[in-house]
Amino acid sequence: MSDEKKMLQELSDQEYKWGFVTDVDADTVPPGLNEDVIRFISHKKNEPDWLLAFRLKAYAHFLTLTPPRWQKVQYAEPDLQAISYYSAPKQKEKPKSIDEIDPEILATYEKLGIPLMEQKRLEGVAVDAVFDSVSVATTHQKKLADMGVLFMSFSEAVESHPELVRRYLGKVVPHTDNFYAALNSAVFTDGSFVYIPKGLKCPLELSTYFRINAANTGQFERTLIVADEGAYVSYLEGCTAPQRDENQLHAAVVELYVHDDAEIKYSTVQNWYPGDKDGKGGIYNFVTKRGLCAGDRSKISWTQVETGSAVTWKYPSCVLKGDDSIGEFYSVALTNNLQQADTGTKMVHLGRNTRSTIISKGISAGRGDQTYRGLVKMGKNAVNARNFTQCDSMLLGDKCGAHTMPYIESRNSTARIEHEATTTKIGEDQIFYCNQRGISTEDAVSLIVGGFCREVFQELPLEFAVEAQKLLSVSLEGSVG
Amino acid sequence: MLRIEDLYAGTQGQDILKGIDLEIKPGEVHAIMGPNGSGKSTLSQVLAGNEAYDVTSGTVTYQGRDLLELGADERALAGIFLAFQYPVEIPGFSNEKFLRTAVNAQRRHRGEPELDAFDFAQLAKDKMALMELDPDLLNRSLNVGFSGGEKKRNECFQMALLEPSLAILDETDSGLDIDALRIVSRGVNALRRPDRSVLLITHYQRLLEYIVPDYVHVLADGRIVRSGGKELAAELEQTGYGWLEDMTAGEVAQ
Repeated sequence: MSDEKKMLQELSDQEYKWGFVTDVDADTVPPGLNEDVIRFISHKKNEPDWLLAFRLKAYAHFLTLTPPRWQKVQYAEPDLQAISYYSAPKQKEKPKSIDEIDPEILATYEKLGIPLMEQKRLEGVAVDAVFDSVSVATTHQKKLADMGVLFMSFSEAVESHPELVRRYLGKVVPHTDNFYAALNSAVFTDGSFVYIPKGLKCPLELSTYFRINAANTGQFERTLIVADEGAYVSYLEGCTAPQRDENQLHAAVVELYVHDDAEIKYSTVQNWYPGDKDGKGGIYNFVTKRGLCAGDRSKISWTQVETGSAVTWKYPSCVLKGDDSIGEFYSVALTNNLQQADTGTKMVHLGRNTRSTIISKGISAGRGDQTYRGLVKMGKNAVNARNFTQCDSMLLGDKCGAHTMPYIESRNSTARIEHEATTTKIGEDQIFYCNQRGISTEDAVSLIVGGFCREVFQELPLEFAVEAQKLLSVSLEGSVG
Repeated sequence: MLRIEDLYAGTQGQDILKGIDLEIKPGEVHAIMGPNGSGKSTLSQVLAGNEAYDVTSGTVTYQGRDLLELGADERALAGIFLAFQYPVEIPGFSNEKFLRTAVNAQRRHRGEPELDAFDFAQLAKDKMALMELDPDLLNRSLNVGFSGGEKKRNECFQMALLEPSLAILDETDSGLDIDALRIVSRGVNALRRPDRSVLLITHYQRLLEYIVPDYVHVLADGRIVRSGGKELAAELEQTGYGWLEDMTAGEVAQ
């Protein structure tokens, strides 16, 4: 067996190191999806009537839909009746301070490298930690409140700022958008809410860390971020889950709403459990993420590093409605073993002089299969709109696949659209060349892949760029083509 | 330094090297010449540890160790350097990062502290000047868009940085104009020391006017058929390689 083959083998045997389970008492509703469950969730969260009505309307619409089958992924349809739609770690009351949180949960986040305790907090980063269905802690709350920034769990926002939630909820991703968005709108449990007031450039990075712990549950979180006129915020989302043999569904909805001259930078490092080397278990990540550049000169930038999940299906998108608004999408997606991903973006240009950039880097190893699917749409009023798309695929080994499916629609003759695509392979000659200079095969692969992803990594906040690079190295350890 | 005994090696079940014997002592410069297809490049790849080639029999001892036991990266760390005939392109991987990683891998191996970007830049600057390379090449992707001459000079620049004990140059002179040849030769000559050896693989005698070898060997059909001093190269220039065919045929007749 050559070194490369051995390494490929080792790679397959590699374990997911975030796969532990935390032992906490939890309130979990019995599996099943029906109106009563939705009423139960709404009641449990003390929701106002309008929100229950929103859920029920979404559910009624959901019942008329069938699951989408157009994606280039194969999986056993999750049995939505076998999922429990609410699971919360048992706590007497909502914890008033970090000290009241179950130490097991704190330890979990500690283990994940997300310290919540005051003295260990990440400098310059405020964290909202979501454990199964509920937000368990949000750090730096006082500092943020003093600046007028609202950063809290979704449930909390519903209680304290219902008017804001009501004004923006479902405005970017309506409940009728798609099968999983409708499901999410009916049963979402928690998530993060962010509001940045006029003119404020939020000096802290805001971060939400999602952890699925309980078995047989789905995670249906809802994130809503609003940047008012001239505001700026950088937001980061991270996720992990225990290693389980059965598939778990994660069907989130993220809505970004950006007013005039405002900007949201949204970064995701997604590391859900990808299943074992034979494809058993793993998270189904079916997420709807969309941002609306409602105001003139507004900007949304999506950066994602996708290394986890058994099946990923998501297209963080920008609707560029305001004149001179800007949409950006930077993505690194890695599929290894039997992972599948159908991911990309949609850039919908409605306003004049709108600009978008898409940089997508796909890496396939093992028997992984991935598809870049992207839509660039120029509306009839999108005068002088411009798009630049670059899709690069890298293959490691000869059993993986990479596909690129760009969709381009233009209704304005002044719009300019550019699309570039490349496919490369890490060759044995490249590895040998590095080896001959004393660089180990592992380091060579990691450096070559790092170079391939550089344009995307440089868009991430610095500390997360380092993390992402490490994560990629770990996920690729030993895989050589 | 290096002792090769009765080495048979090839690729895809076909031996290309058919019984090589060669000894290189510290400080010596050996040149291997021969017609196309004689196995010159195969010898360099086998010595460097390219897994695309299989050794079927024979031994190679390097500094008292069994070289064939070592992986390509271990051989490099042990001081073997191969200047590639066709340097490999790696898009997105900067020349600077590549070289700094390589230099630091060597330093780590020797138990020395690693160089940071600033120290490395200083070191690289001097060595690049020696090779008359544009400093901008450091920031470009490894070998991507380099001219033929730049690639070869970049190989020698790497050699100057890594200071190997045994440098193998695989047709480094091919495709070089006379100025580039002069620069490359200067780089190799600057490396010569009593404790370092060089194995030059070349088709033409021209290179040997600049890097004067201690020994010249003629490789034909996977074997060394003649060895001699530097004057052998000049003789080959006169006679060409045609006589080898007669010689091989003669041997068969015997």
